[in-house]
Amino acid sequence: MNLLNHLPVLPVLIPFISAILLLLPPLRGQLGRQRIAVIIAHLLSIGTTVWLLLTVQSDGIQVYALGNWQAPFGIAFIADLMAVMIVLLTGVLALAAHLYACAGDDVKGSFFHPIFMFQVMGINGAFLTGDAFNMFVFFEILLIASYALMIHGGGKQRTQANLHYVFLNLIGSTLFLFALGTLYGTLGTLNFVDMARAVSDVSPENLPLVKAGGLLLLAIFGLKAALLPLHFWLPRTYSAATPAVAALFAVMTKVGIYSIWRIHGVIFGVNAGELANMAQPWLWPLAFMTLALGCLGILASQGLRTLVANLIIVSVGTLLMAVAFNTEQTTAAALYYLIHSTLVGGALFLIAGVIVEMRGKAEDRFVTARKMANPAFIGICFFIAALAVIGMPPFSGFVGKALLLKSTVAEDHVAWFWSGLLIAGLISLVTLARAGTTLFWRDQGTPSPAEPVAIQKKAAIALLLLCFPLLVVFGGPITEMTEQAANQLYHGIQLPMGVNNEY
Amino acid sequence: MEAIYAACVGLMTACGIFMMLRGHTFTLVMGLLMCSYAVNLFLFASGGLTLDGAVILGQSQQYADPLPQALVLTAIVIGFAMTAFAVILAMRGRADMGNDHVDGEEPQDPLTRNLAQKEVK
Repeated sequence: MNLLNHLPVLPVLIPFISAILLLLPPLRGQLGRQRIAVIIAHLLSIGTTVWLLLTVQSDGIQVYALGNWQAPFGIAFIADLMAVMIVLLTGVLALAAHLYACAGDDVKGSFFHPIFMFQVMGINGAFLTGDAFNMFVFFEILLIASYALMIHGGGKQRTQANLHYVFLNLIGSTLFLFALGTLYGTLGTLNFVDMARAVSDVSPENLPLVKAGGLLLLAIFGLKAALLPLHFWLPRTYSAATPAVAALFAVMTKVGIYSIWRIHGVIFGVNAGELANMAQPWLWPLAFMTLALGCLGILASQGLRTLVANLIIVSVGTLLMAVAFNTEQTTAAALYYLIHSTLVGGALFLIAGVIVEMRGKAEDRFVTARKMANPAFIGICFFIAALAVIGMPPFSGFVGKALLLKSTVAEDHVAWFWSGLLIAGLISLVTLARAGTTLFWRDQGTPSPAEPVAIQKKAAIALLLLCFPLLVVFGGPITEMTEQAANQLYHGIQLPMGVNNEY
Repeated sequence: MEAIYAACVGLMTACGIFMMLRGHTFTLVMGLLMCSYAVNLFLFASGGLTLDGAVILGQSQQYADPLPQALVLTAIVIGFAMTAFAVILAMRGRADMGNDHVDGEEPQDPLTRNLAQKEVK
């Protein structure tokens, strides 16, 4: 066995091993060394993910049986193009967020670096796993790390937001186990490939049970993704967290969306017999309402961080509507939009963090305050990120939205989707224009004392902003890749891929 | 056997949900504990209940499904860690906010609040 055979598991192992190393003597308690070590670990992780991406593109889906126990009895990792692309996205976002935190946010509490790496490990694992119970385990890893990261820095506001976040997610975890128990009892397997096969020939008396289990899963993924009745925790949690942590959390809602794709789009998808597309009637109206409520949220936001958190809800609503269409073209377009919206969400949280620092007591609230000492850099960054999030050319938001609109032309309900998406864009435009003018131009009194922005923070923001033009310039290859990824998602699962042969 | 087992799991879940709906962290943690016990029993039964079933080959005529047992073991460990975290967080919340309500403040009865506002006016 050479290293190449273990490639699919490396994006999980590298953060895991580095987190453990960070807790051991040569690195433990040595802030300077820890900072260098985590950046190296992130770069290494991104490097292996790119390698894995190239392998998947040339050789097709990679299946890795942990401990060489064959699926469905052992646990399999399935590295298909979609999973690997989102893992790469997580890697870039985590690198930027961690770089930002290295400028000083990491000393506000203990064990920041190891917990951050555990969080990345949990996220990567949740994307790569091919087994529903294993997915639960990785969800718990990413959640327990996020509980600790969320409260990093302390303070009353964070504790209060964290209480809601933690208890809601603990209840969600309990429900997750109930759903898994029901599905295992009726289908006899929790491996994704095997579940897709078993769902199509469920006996009629088990049908309601499988349906209950599947819809319970939708509720849990809805909680993670912030779907309408379960999204009230998000604005408060995200706006209270440290900027670096909030930026990483931008990818956490996408874990929920990705899981809905895997479970409800594919396993309970068109080939599921009696249960085909059972989540769609629920998903469709709820996603639209999420979008609508997100728009109201951005109009009502009193500070930049709350505004960004509500923009994330808007992007979740958009993506879930696209998921509800559940066709190959929409999925390909939505994957592009997912990559764009995660990066822009992360970038905006980092920018908001810098603005909070520079405005002193006024923080990020939309009020007249003292002039910022050197607003040029951060103002330009804000402008670029705002253009990208609204969906104006020349940045990736425009391409993403155009792809989404184009892919749904021939579908039912298209009027709802188009009007929702376009009106949301208009509302974001108005709100962000108002936010920008208030933050940068409406000032009075003497300028606040100049405090230079740390070079790490500038680099982190620049790294994320650089992705928007790159996503446009390399739009051709990337959309080709997303189309291939959507194709693998819907068709790859029936291929005889090694795991299948064993049954 | 199945009926008693199912009734027990159902009763525990119901108690757990009832306690989770209280607004205080202590009852919430107790409710979560109840629910996690119930879900462990539920997972254990998801492979079907068998009497005298072995999980190792060649030990018996009858076999029990070994996978739910492995799942339950994992779920117990995770539930244990999560409960520990929740308890610590509840204590932190109590210390930071001065009460153990999940919203950080005791909700006032709407009637008395209105009366208080009228008195202020």
